[in-house]
Amino acid sequence: MVRVNGQNLEIAGKTVAEFLADAGYDPKRVAVERGGGIVPKTQYGETVLTDGDCVEVVSFVGGG
Amino acid sequence: MLKALEERHGRELQRKFTSAVVAVCGLGGLGSNIAASLARAGIGRLILIDFDRVELSNLHRQQYKVSQIGRYKTEAMAENLKEIAPYTELGIHTARITESNAAELLKNADIICEAFDNAECKAMLVNLVLETMPEKYLVAASGMAGLGSANDIKTRRVAKRFYLCGDEVSSVGDGIGLVSPRVMLCAAHQAQMVLRILAGEPEE
Repeated sequence: MVRVNGQNLEIAGKTVAEFLADAGYDPKRVAVERGGGIVPKTQYGETVLTDGDCVEVVSFVGGG
Repeated sequence: MLKALEERHGRELQRKFTSAVVAVCGLGGLGSNIAASLARAGIGRLILIDFDRVELSNLHRQQYKVSQIGRYKTEAMAENLKEIAPYTELGIHTARITESNAAELLKNADIICEAFDNAECKAMLVNLVLETMPEKYLVAASGMAGLGSANDIKTRRVAKRFYLCGDEVSSVGDGIGLVSPRVMLCAAHQAQMVLRILAGEPEE
């Protein structure tokens, strides 16, 4: 189980890139924190989510 | 003027504000209001960064005047801030923040305010700061368009030194776009968070 933005999801084993694509996020508009640290954009494809991970996805919308 | 601020905020707190360096990245609806609030509070030095010029279509939510149309926002904002708070030092950079110049532009800042309007630019700056400047505080914004409730604008602590203000969903592409009060609310959340961080009360 991976906790994403407060929800438990069965996504252990997926990479961050795979999760973002499946969940419909635009990777150009997000920041992803895992375990309190930022996941560098260049590592989305190789960062595998594991059981017990706590992930925060911030998705930006336009306007300012 | 410093004395007046010390009387209001207390000497110890005002010293924290006066010794702070805060960068405002983007001087549109968010950034122009953040800069005005922070200058009024007596922040010692503001680094103002924007590449754009004041346009007529900005005036409905940004802190500029008709007489400033066509001027660089950095210069127009500096002019306005000098009238509001002449004791605030200003560092002006008329430039687009990129992955290659961000480290240099932001090196002296204790706290960075992300105040862009484009979602991809917001994400770029936030990732860049979190990846390469982990010692700095970051106060970003997302979701303040439209006529939704003022009470939906929140400040959320996403990570140890990363705060996000806004309702996180109301995009400029939906509905009527941006209106001044809601953008100012979000800017006020950002400015307030900056002061709270400096005061040492950063939990949210």
